[in-house]
Amino acid sequence: MDKNLRWRAIAIIAVVAISIWGFYPPAEKIKLGLDLRGGVHLVLRVQTDDALRLDTETTMEQLREAVEAKGLVNVTFTGVDPTRFRVDGVPQEQDAAFREAAVEVETRFNRESGTAGSYGFVMKPNMAVQLREDAVEQALQTIERRVNELGVAEPVVARTGAAGDHILVQLPGVANPQRAKDIIRSTALLELKIVEDGPASTREQLLQSRGGVVPGNMEILPGISNTAAAGDRAETVYYLVRKVAVITGRDLRNAKPSLDEMNRPAVSFSLNADGARKFGKATGENVGRLLAIILDGRVQSAPVIETRIFDEGRISGTFTQQEVQDLSLVLRSGALPASLTYLEERTVGPSLGAESIRSGVTAALGGLLLVVIFLLLYYKLSGLNAIAAMVINLVVLLAMMSYFEAAMTLPGIAGFILTIGMGVDSNVLIFERIKEELAAQKTVKQAIAAGFDRVFLTILDTHVASLIAAAFLFQFGTGPIRGFATTLSIGLLSNVFTSVFVSRTLFELVLSRRRAATLSI
Amino acid sequence: MQIFTKPNFNFIRWRWHAIALSAVVIGAGLAYMVSRGGMPLGIDFTGGSVIILKFEQPVGEDAVRSALAAMPGEKVVQQFGAASAREILVRLPQTVEREEGGLLDRDVRTATEALRQANLGNFEVIGTDVVGPIIGAQLQRKGLMATLFSILGITVYIAFRFRFSFAAGAIVATFHDILVTLVFLTWFGYDLSLNVVAALLTITGYSVNDTIVIFDRVRENFRVMRRDSLEHIVNTSVNQTLGRTVITAGTTLLSVTALYLFGGEVLEAFAFTMIVGIISGTYSTVFIAAAIAIILSRQRDQARVPAPPAAEAPGGGGRKPNNRKNRSSQA
Repeated sequence: MDKNLRWRAIAIIAVVAISIWGFYPPAEKIKLGLDLRGGVHLVLRVQTDDALRLDTETTMEQLREAVEAKGLVNVTFTGVDPTRFRVDGVPQEQDAAFREAAVEVETRFNRESGTAGSYGFVMKPNMAVQLREDAVEQALQTIERRVNELGVAEPVVARTGAAGDHILVQLPGVANPQRAKDIIRSTALLELKIVEDGPASTREQLLQSRGGVVPGNMEILPGISNTAAAGDRAETVYYLVRKVAVITGRDLRNAKPSLDEMNRPAVSFSLNADGARKFGKATGENVGRLLAIILDGRVQSAPVIETRIFDEGRISGTFTQQEVQDLSLVLRSGALPASLTYLEERTVGPSLGAESIRSGVTAALGGLLLVVIFLLLYYKLSGLNAIAAMVINLVVLLAMMSYFEAAMTLPGIAGFILTIGMGVDSNVLIFERIKEELAAQKTVKQAIAAGFDRVFLTILDTHVASLIAAAFLFQFGTGPIRGFATTLSIGLLSNVFTSVFVSRTLFELVLSRRRAATLSI
Repeated sequence: MQIFTKPNFNFIRWRWHAIALSAVVIGAGLAYMVSRGGMPLGIDFTGGSVIILKFEQPVGEDAVRSALAAMPGEKVVQQFGAASAREILVRLPQTVEREEGGLLDRDVRTATEALRQANLGNFEVIGTDVVGPIIGAQLQRKGLMATLFSILGITVYIAFRFRFSFAAGAIVATFHDILVTLVFLTWFGYDLSLNVVAALLTITGYSVNDTIVIFDRVRENFRVMRRDSLEHIVNTSVNQTLGRTVITAGTTLLSVTALYLFGGEVLEAFAFTMIVGIISGTYSTVFIAAAIAIILSRQRDQARVPAPPAAEAPGGGGRKPNNRKNRSSQA
C-alpha cells in the first residue's frame, strides 16, 4: 500500500471515529426541535408605543406640577399621541414664567411654539428610539425571568423581526400552554394609589360632588367589589384615585402566595428600602383613608389604611389559588414596560411529536433501505462502496449537527433524506463515468482515476449551486425551513468529502491489494 | 447492469414539441388556478388557525363540521393521518383583523368549546397553529424573497461558470419546474405552506443540479467535438448523461416516495411536491434546458456563421470569459 493511500485511510477512520464520538449517545447529543419534542412556539410584539406614552404622560404631569408651582392657573394639558402633548391657555404676560418652568422638560422634549399661548411638546427622536429599545430589552429580560420561574428546560427567548420589536419564545415540553401564555403576557403592572372617593356603582355618582368633571390630578378606575366571590370578575365598582402612585411594582422586593384574614388566597409582598420609605410616608399621611391596590388598571381591593405601614403589604381580592401563585410569579419577575400582543402561536403536544418522530424515522429508514437495495443490484460490489460513502456521510452529518447544536426537526429529517439522494447522485455520476471510461477500453485503474477526476468539477458545481439555494433558504427562512436548510447545507458539505475523497480512497484501497482486470460495477 | 447501452435518442429534435407540451400543461394549470382565485395558500401565509384533535371514539368529519357550523368563514375539516389514529384537523380562516392582545387564539378556543358542547366524546387538542396577519404577511414576503434570491444566486453562478445562454436555459427550466409543480399542487388540492416552499426551493436546487451535469458534459464535448454542430454536441451530451439522469431521478424518487408513504401527514405535502418536482426536473433538464440553451446560443451566433459554436468562441463576443478551466485529467 502506498504511503499516501495509508494516510488517507487513517484520516477517514479518524473522521468517522471522531464523528461517532461526537454524537454518541444520540439521545443526549442530538437536540430535538419543538415539532418532534412537543412544546410551544410564540412570537410576540412589544407595543413600544405604550412605553412612549407612559413617558410622555409622566413628563406632562411633571410640567403641570412645575407650572402650578409658578402660580399659573387655567393652563390645560392634553396628550396627543405617544410622543406628543399640547399645552394651551398660557397667558401672554406669564409666558416667560411658563418657559422657565418648561426648561427641564425641554432636555428631553422639543418645544414647538404654537399660536396664542399654545405650545406643542414632541419627544426628541433619539430619545424615542432609546425608549423603544429599552422597552423591548426590558420586556425580553422580564419574559426570560418568567420563563425561568416556570421551570422550562432549554427555553429560547430571543428578539426577532425586521423592526426588532418581536420576541420569539420557545418552550419545549410545556404541559399547559395556556398558562404559560398568560404568564408571559400578563403586564403585572402593580400600583398602589390613594383613594379620593368611592367605591361607587357608577362613574357619574363619583363625580356628583365635583360637578361632573374629573380633577386633573385624579382618575377613575374600575374595580371589583369587596363582596364578590373567588374568581368572580363581574361586579364592577368605581374608584376615584390620585393619578400619582404611592408605590409601583418596581418598589417590590419579593412577592409570595399567602392568605388574607378571611382565609382567601392572597399575595403578600415586601418592599425595598426606597419603596418602604415612600410607602411609610404616604400611609402615615393618609391614615383612615382607602388605599387602592391596582393591577393592570383595575382595582383589586381597597383596604382602609389603619396605621402607618412600612415595608410589607398584601394584595387580596377574588383570586383562586392558581391565580395567586401566578401573580406572585409575575410580580417577582417584574412588570412589563409595555403590553404584548401575540402574533403567532404554535403548540405541539408530546403525542403528536412522538408520532412525527416515528413516521420521520420510518420514512428515512425506508428510503435508505430502498436506495441500498438498488445500489447493490445495479452497481454490485461497487455499490458497497457507495453505501459506505452514504453511511459515513450520515455519520458526519449527525456529528456536525450535534457540534453546531442544530436541532433535529421534521423538515430536518426531510433534509436527511435529500442528503441521501444527493450523496447517491454523486456516486452515480462517478460510477457512470467509470463505466464509460471502461467502455473506452481503459484499464480499471485509469478508468477510476479518470472517472473521479472528470466528475469532480461537476460535483463541485452542483453542490455549490445547491449550497447557494440552501444559504438563501436559511437567510430568509423561518422555523421549519431553517431546520431543513441547516441539515441540507451540512449534508452537502459532508457529501463532497465522502463522495470524492472517501469513495476514491475505498476504490484505491481495494485495487492496491489486487491487480484487478475487471471491476464489479 | 446497464439501463441504456450507448443510448442515442434524438432529444433535440423534439424540443419544440416539448416546449409546446409544457406550455399547454402550465397554461391549463394557470387558467385553472386563476379560475379558482389563485394558488390556495395555507395559514402560514394567509393567517388563521389549525387545530389537530385526537378523539377517544371514532368520529366523522361531517359531525365535526356540523359542530362548527356556527363559526364564520370557510372551514376545512379533514382526517389527519391514518383513520385508526382518530385524529382530525380543523382549519379556520383568519378572523382577527389586527393584533388584539391575547385574542389571537380566540378561534381555537371557540372551536374547542363548540366541539365539547357537541357530544362527540372526549378529545384532546394535540396541536395548534395560529398565525396572525402580521406574521402571515411577513412569511409571505420571506418565502418569496427566499425563492427569488436563490434562483438569482444560482443564475449568477451558472453564468459565471458556463455561459449566459446556459444560465438562461437553466433558469427557464427552473421556473418551468416550479410552475409545473404549483399547477399539480393546485390540481391535487394542496395548500402552499412553508414546508411546500422549502420543497420548491429544494427542487430548484435539484433541477439546476441536473442541468449543470448536462451542461458540464456539453462544455467538455465542445473541446473534443469541435467540428460538430451545437445541436449534435448537446444531444450527444444529453445521451451520455442519460444513465445518470435516470438513475439519480430514480433513487431520489425512491427516498421521496418513502417520505410520502411513511413520513406522516405533516410531510405529505412536502413529499408530494418533491415527487412532482423531480419528475418535472428530469423532463425539463432533458428537453427544456438544453433546447433553450441551443435556441439562445444560435441567435447570438448567427452573426458569425459558419463558425462552429465552440466554447473557444463565446457567443456573446467574449462578454464572459467562458471559464475554460483546465481539468486535471485533461491530458
